[in-house]
Order: sequence, then structure tokens, then C-alpha cells
Amino acid sequence: MDQLLQHLLNATILGGTYALLGIGLTLIFGIMRVVNFTHGELYAFGAYCMYALVMPLGLNFFMALVVAMALGALLGATIELLLLSRLRGADIDTTMLVMIGAWIALQNAEQLAWTGVALSINNPFPSEPLIVGPLSVSWNRVYVFFVALLLILGTYYLINRTHLGKAMRATFQDRDTAALMGIRIDRIHTATFALGSALAAAAGALLGPVFVVAPTMGDLAAAKAFAIVILGGLGNIKGATLGGFILAFVEELGAGYISSGYRDAMGFLLIILILLFRPTGLFAQKERVG
Amino acid sequence: MSRFLPWLLVVLLASVPFWMTDYYVLHIMITTCIFIIAAMSLNLLLGYTGQLSLGHVAFFGIGAYTSALLSLGFQVNVFNVPFGVTPKPVWFAMLMAVIVAGFTGWAIGKLAFRVRGAYFVIVSISFAEVVRMVAVNWVELTQGPMALNNIPALTLGTGEFELSFLRKPSFYSLALAVAVISYIIIARIVNSRAGRAMNALRENESLAMSVGIDVTRYLVIATIVSAAMAGMAGALYTHYIRIVDPDVFLFIYTVTMVIMVITGGKGTLAGPIVGGVIFGFVPEALRAMAIKPEIQWIIYGVLMILIVYFLPRGIVPAIERFWAGQKPGDDEAARSVPGALQK
Repeated sequence: MDQLLQHLLNATILGGTYALLGIGLTLIFGIMRVVNFTHGELYAFGAYCMYALVMPLGLNFFMALVVAMALGALLGATIELLLLSRLRGADIDTTMLVMIGAWIALQNAEQLAWTGVALSINNPFPSEPLIVGPLSVSWNRVYVFFVALLLILGTYYLINRTHLGKAMRATFQDRDTAALMGIRIDRIHTATFALGSALAAAAGALLGPVFVVAPTMGDLAAAKAFAIVILGGLGNIKGATLGGFILAFVEELGAGYISSGYRDAMGFLLIILILLFRPTGLFAQKERVG
Repeated sequence: MSRFLPWLLVVLLASVPFWMTDYYVLHIMITTCIFIIAAMSLNLLLGYTGQLSLGHVAFFGIGAYTSALLSLGFQVNVFNVPFGVTPKPVWFAMLMAVIVAGFTGWAIGKLAFRVRGAYFVIVSISFAEVVRMVAVNWVELTQGPMALNNIPALTLGTGEFELSFLRKPSFYSLALAVAVISYIIIARIVNSRAGRAMNALRENESLAMSVGIDVTRYLVIATIVSAAMAGMAGALYTHYIRIVDPDVFLFIYTVTMVIMVITGGKGTLAGPIVGGVIFGFVPEALRAMAIKPEIQWIIYGVLMILIVYFLPRGIVPAIERFWAGQKPGDDEAARSVPGALQK
């Protein structure tokens, strides 16, 4: 029983960052109709920024997160302006191929810059865990969870309550009409991509100190983000949030009670089950012809 | 004249083992040939049905592992029930590799073609990743990262009439033969009723459906053929390199196949061959210049972007258009590469 509770707690904490990853990806797809294959690399980029800022540069741990997010947004905006802005209206396969090219180039550039050695980041939290009854959890993870939650709520606020968010939602619903109403679609696209990238970088910067930082970390993150958005339906932000938590629970319980070697395969098995029994997705209303 | 050109090329290529004494060049030609087979199989899905299948390396790897495991024999416990296979002849193992890969293609086709577009792409990537994880984790069967070693080479016949494909010249002939057969199979399919149905669904799926084409059926057929062919390429690879580890499932190999197809020209018969030759020799040239593999992959990534921007339909259609411009009224090129000049 205690073991189960511990698993549930771990899953909840993990779910926060998964949701963050999923929201960034689903936002970009929903508004831009682009499958962002560089998402995992932006996650890794966030983690490496965190490393560079905290370890050699000695920046404050909390400030470093903010800077890493800003750099992630900057990189995202650059990718968008450089590669995607010329492909407006291109079919989805074309943008996918371009993004895959960018993914391969970015990943190997990271590998070249940082070599394959895994790096670890010190954190300022007490090393003894927080113990509540039979459960224990490290302070760093508690911090990660609450920051992730804060960022998710912030994103919801941005989309539902601000002027920019309104423009984004309008673009999401009907790009052409939104353009006719005077919304600068180009700017919305750049802003969306920057926002999604910042969220990915934040997830990387948060999890970097929890695990280790390595060039291949992006692949796994991308794979999980894909699983999450498939669960929730591409372009569905609430779906991605729930999907993040569902994936975390399935992984944690699967690793705990079935097989830890297949932990990272759980998400894919979930996708396959969904396709078998509910191909329209858990939360999707429309048919999936992407 | 140009009707005989392809056959002339085949004869020329077939003569290579008789005069090529440099085994390094022969080795590159063999691996290029294997990759061309894989790229041709991907082209059937990517080019002719228009489905961007990014899990293609899974079929290649399944073929490689099936053939390796059957020729080596294995012993596993499935839910505490022992299950073993004694070593089988290599030709039988390769045949089974094709069948198993084709069957996997059928299952995946049935499953994945419930969705289209971005969903299909993500599902196909996920599938390859699951297969890779099985290869890494099911150590009892696959030896995991320790790899399967000492995979036997293909031999046919016995005693005096034994034909061994251990050495490079003989293996080259085998790979070339498989490539030619694969090409003919794909050309036959593309020019058949099924091929026209695939073209129709690529151009406009709803319209294809409305005129009574069973879209999913043709997609599944294409996937089965494509997967079986990729499985054959994997089986060739495994009995050539004679060692196989879970790295055969790496996404980067799918990317290599995709880049071969789109560079050469997706939806053309010659495209994967042209792309395959370019990207079979480019890595060797880069290696000769002592360039790190990371830089090679960066170059691949950038090339992929540039091709999409500047040569979206690939080299073969571009050459054909150039040719057609030179000689107006000559539709020979159009006939030899159907589907390329339709738009």
C-alpha cells in the first residue's frame, strides 16, 4: 500500500513536467499545423542552458531557469523565422520533413558542442528528502512540480485571458478569417513557436538537475511528448495536460509492477491501445485526419 | 535505345565483381545496394501512397533479427514455457525474415492506417521505438546490446555444388540480384491497377474513396510489400555484416532512407536508386576527409531542409524536366518513370 502511494506521488510529480512538454508541442501543432520534431532538442537545449548557467557561470539556480526559458524562446523564434515562415500554407508533410532535418542537425550540433558525456547539475535544496508519513520525496522534485504547475497555469492564463491568447485562439479556429480581422498571423506563429519552445526548455531546465544532462535526452523527451499529444489529441491543450499525467501514471505503475526495462515503452503501448479501442483519441471530438 | 539502357546498366553492374579488385569499393557498393533496396521499399509507401512512414527501419531490423535468430537458433522461456528453435538453413531464415516482416507490416498497416497525417507519422515512429526497446530488453532472445554474433553466411546447395555468399564478390551479385528483383516488383505494382489506386489515394483520398477505391486495403497491401522488401534488405544486411545489435533500429537510419527517397525523387522508380547511390557514397567520401559523424549528420539534416526548399520533387523529376525541355515531344522519359510527370 505504501509502495502504491509512493508510486502515485512520484507519478503526480513527474506528470507536471510531462504536461509541460505536451502543452508546448500541442500548442504549436494546433495553431501552426506543424509537428515540431525539434521539441525534444529544445528540451535538451533548456537542460544544457541550465547546466552552463549554473555550473561554469555560477548563476543563481532560480534565475538560471528564467534565463534558460528566455534562451529557449529565442531559439524557437529563430527556428520559426528561419525555417517555417517561408513555408506558410505548405502541406504538413513538407513542414515535417523540414523539421526532421532541423531535428537531426540540432541534435548532432548539441552532441558536437557538449560531447556524449552526461553532466550533472547541483541544486541548492537540502539533500535529505521531505518525509510525509510513509512517503518520501526530494525537495528538488517538489520544487519542479510546483514550478511546472505554475507554468501550466500561466500558459492557460495567457491563452484564455490575454489579448495575445485571444489572437492565438482566433488563429487556431480559422487562420484566414483571423488574418482578415487584422491579426498578424506571422507574429502569432512566431510567438506561438517561441512559447512552445520556452515551455520545452523549461521542462528541460527543471528536469536537468533531477536527472543528468546528455545529448540523447531530447529523443526520449520528444517521444514522450508525441505520446502525450496523441493521447490528448493534437492541438488539444487540456488533452495534453491530462495526457501528461496519464502517461506519468502508466509509466510509473508499469515500471513498478510490470517491468522497469519497458518503462519508456509504456507510452507507445498506450498509443497502440488507444488506436485499437478508441482511434478518435481520448478527448478528441473531431475525426483524426490531421 | 533508352529502353535498353537500364538493362545495359544492370549488365555493367553485374560485371563489377569480375574486374573490381578493391574490396573496400565493393563493400561500399554492397551496403549501398542494401540501402537502395530499403529506400525503394520506403518509396512505395512514401512516394506512391503518400504516407510518411517514419518507422520503416523497424521492418528492416525485424528482418535482420528474424533471419539472424533463425539461422543461429534460440531458446527462450515465454511465461515459463520453454520455446526453442534449432538453427535453420540460412535461405530458410531469410525467407522467414521476409514473411515475418511482411506480416508485421500487415498488422501495423491495419492498426496505423486508422489515422492519417501527423498522427500516422507519430504512430509509425513510436512503433519503431517499441521494437528497438524489445531488442534492447529481451536479452534472452536478442542478447540485447551484447549483439548477436557469428551469424552464418548464406550458402546454397551442398558438396561440390555448394555456392557460398561469404566473400564480397559473390555477395555483391546476390545483393544486386535482390535489388533488380525488388525494382521489377515495384515497377509491376506501380503500373498495375493497385498502383493507380495508390496514386489516386495519394492525390485525393476522399475522391479516391468516392469512386469506390478501398483505400485502407491498398494502403495495407503497399505496407505489406514494402515491409517484406525492407525485411529482405535487413536479412541481406545481417548475413553480410554477420553481427546485429539493437542499433539497427535507430531513427537515424529511417532518416537516411527518407533522405535517399526525397533527394532522388519520391514517387519515381529511379529516385531511390539515384538518392541511394548519392547517400551511399557521400558518407565514405566524408569519412575520407576525416569528418566527424556528427558533422555528417548535421550535413544530412541541412541537406534535407535545402532539398525541401529548392528541389521539392527531387533530382530525377528535375532531370526529366530538363530532358523534356531539350527534346520536346519525347515522352520516353515519362513512360519509363510513370507517375513522375503527372502533375
